[in-house]
Amino acid sequence: MGVDIERNIVVTSIEKLVNWGRKYSVWPLTFGLACCALEFIVAGSATIDMARFGSEVARPSPRQADLMLVAGTLTKKMAPMVKRIYEQMAEPKWVIAFGSCACTGGIFKSYNVVQGVDQIIPVDVYVPGCPPRPESFLTALIKLQEKIEKETVKERKLITAP
Amino acid sequence: METTFMTINMGPQHPATHGVLRLLLELDGETIVKATPHIGYLHRGVEKLGETRTYHQALVFTDRLDYTNGLSNNLAYCLAIEKLADIEIPKRAQYIRVILCELQRIAAHLLWLGTHALDLGAMTVLFYAFREREKVLDIIEYITGARLTPSFMRIGGVARDVDSEFVKKVKEFVNEFPKRIDEYETLLTENIIWKKRTVGIGVISKEEAISYGVTGPVLRASGVYYDVRKAHPYSSYEDFDFFVPLGKNGDVYDRYLVRMQELRQSNRIISQAIEGIPEGPFKANAPQVVLPEKDDVQTDIAALIRQFKIAQGGFRPEKAEVYASVEAPKGELGFYIVSDGSEKPFRFRIRPPSFLNLSALPRMIEGQMVADVIATIGSIDIVLGEIDR
Amino acid sequence: MISDKLDKIIKNFGTYIAAIKEEKGERTILVKPEAHKELLRFLRYDEEMSYDMLIDLCGVDYLGENPRFEVVYLLRSMRDGDRLRVKVRLNGEDEIETVSDLWRAADWLERETYDMFGIRFRNHPDLRRILLSDDFSGHPLRKDFPAEGFDFDKPFEVKLEEEI
Repeated sequence: MGVDIERNIVVTSIEKLVNWGRKYSVWPLTFGLACCALEFIVAGSATIDMARFGSEVARPSPRQADLMLVAGTLTKKMAPMVKRIYEQMAEPKWVIAFGSCACTGGIFKSYNVVQGVDQIIPVDVYVPGCPPRPESFLTALIKLQEKIEKETVKERKLITAP
Repeated sequence: METTFMTINMGPQHPATHGVLRLLLELDGETIVKATPHIGYLHRGVEKLGETRTYHQALVFTDRLDYTNGLSNNLAYCLAIEKLADIEIPKRAQYIRVILCELQRIAAHLLWLGTHALDLGAMTVLFYAFREREKVLDIIEYITGARLTPSFMRIGGVARDVDSEFVKKVKEFVNEFPKRIDEYETLLTENIIWKKRTVGIGVISKEEAISYGVTGPVLRASGVYYDVRKAHPYSSYEDFDFFVPLGKNGDVYDRYLVRMQELRQSNRIISQAIEGIPEGPFKANAPQVVLPEKDDVQTDIAALIRQFKIAQGGFRPEKAEVYASVEAPKGELGFYIVSDGSEKPFRFRIRPPSFLNLSALPRMIEGQMVADVIATIGSIDIVLGEIDR
Repeated sequence: MISDKLDKIIKNFGTYIAAIKEEKGERTILVKPEAHKELLRFLRYDEEMSYDMLIDLCGVDYLGENPRFEVVYLLRSMRDGDRLRVKVRLNGEDEIETVSDLWRAADWLERETYDMFGIRFRNHPDLRRILLSDDFSGHPLRKDFPAEGFDFDKPFEVKLEEEI
């Protein structure tokens, strides 16, 4: 039995291999704050089906998740919990700010709303919209995958807090 | 011997609390001795922000209260302002409002059905329910342009007229939907596991439900006949033939049955309204208050000026106070508006149904098992956006 | 029917009622704070009244007027299906007797009114903030509280429990 070795070996760098693996196994944290969380549920249901992008395993526990999807308004009372959950997630981890409120505070310019989740945790992808359509979650995911692809070991710091 | 209770913390990040609700449970073994809900993790200050906007501008905040149910929230707010400004709404607009609100009720109940069943381990129902929910949202999106937060109602009517395509889509949906409800019911109603998880769980009696101010399907499941659509009819609900389903035991299972019946009744209302939709204007004739039609604004300079004047300066209603409420999917949603004669509301009070329904939760789950907490929370159908405002 | 009820209220509480008005189909009784608890108890338990559901309870801040705060109760009789609004202007101090022993619903609604307006309800079983966090200072729905808060322009810093 002759084995065609040349067709079965792909030469790559470890970095690219790791990034390729990470890219297609982004596990999101089921973490809805407000309205936008409903659109996230729809993104997981049959019509949109985010599973096609390797991201179907929504985890309720931050320890098992790679992607924090902040979907909804972040209030000052909730902010410590969000930061704690973010710090509980293992490296590498990414954040998508889903919806206008998570990006900038949206229409709620008020005494109890944090004007953008990037004030407390670093954000990788911003998705505007009030709420964004479920398809825009897929766009955000693809953008994030592009970002992960280009990441080098040096760039990603181990310290989490901004 | 000394006994100690164990305290566990549930939430605010928890998949089964439907948002950012936090519960502190004191347990004796697996039995709940005391439950303390902590809310406010989504408090955005809507009541305060409402006071800083003109009456037309404040409309957008109402969508984002109970975000499963934007159109009914719009309607409740518009009814209050229309009462304040003494505007008579044309029949066609009232019918369009009824159709949209009932469609929204179906969407909201389907969301509840899917997530409630998912919490109790019946995952299939989620995919079934979301299939129809997407159809409803497609119809809503077709006419309003948005899926969740339409802001489609206007003070004095609706934003635009419906067309024959909309009527066709609604008719198609209405004809098909009863069969789909049968499908959900085959999955759950007689399902032995479902019944074991829900029958006799989270019971609240008639008197207690009334005392807690519980409204909506939760109150009706306890056997109290109170539906704002029947008790204080608004927007032509008296024209339609439907009945108000009641439960007997006030447990999780009865709430499920009541909501399933409500889906059928909503469907009936829509089919009557879409058949009997009258011709006529879709906005009231009150040029000082109501925004002009969009087509006129783009072609007629007088309408454009009027649009600017109302949108920027607002209008000044008389000095008065009004309360108007609708039967939202969660219960009685009311707006209490105090006007001081200026173009902004002096007090913008929202009467949130979920807030009071949730306040009865500790009473419902005391003495029950931990696993029943999930079933009970799901059956109250809370939305934190509305509780915390 | 409804006017019978009003007559009976006037008969029993005539001297304590500051005003009765009806506008836009809604009845409002303005009661003096001395008798507000008795009136509400009467409305709740009297056989003819039976206003057994407290639909809503909220505060209103009339800054610049004296007395400043008003508490509004919206009641509904499940038997007769009519609504009644009772308003009370607080005397000088920001305190009033609780009604949480009459309606369970008042428990959370009074906590919310306390949170938003700083109106204290005497003998309330558990009067603490409900929507805002415990370390929040001020009562946001008061008219002298800015909508965006006092520290809007500063960057928001979050502290975890162990850092405090």
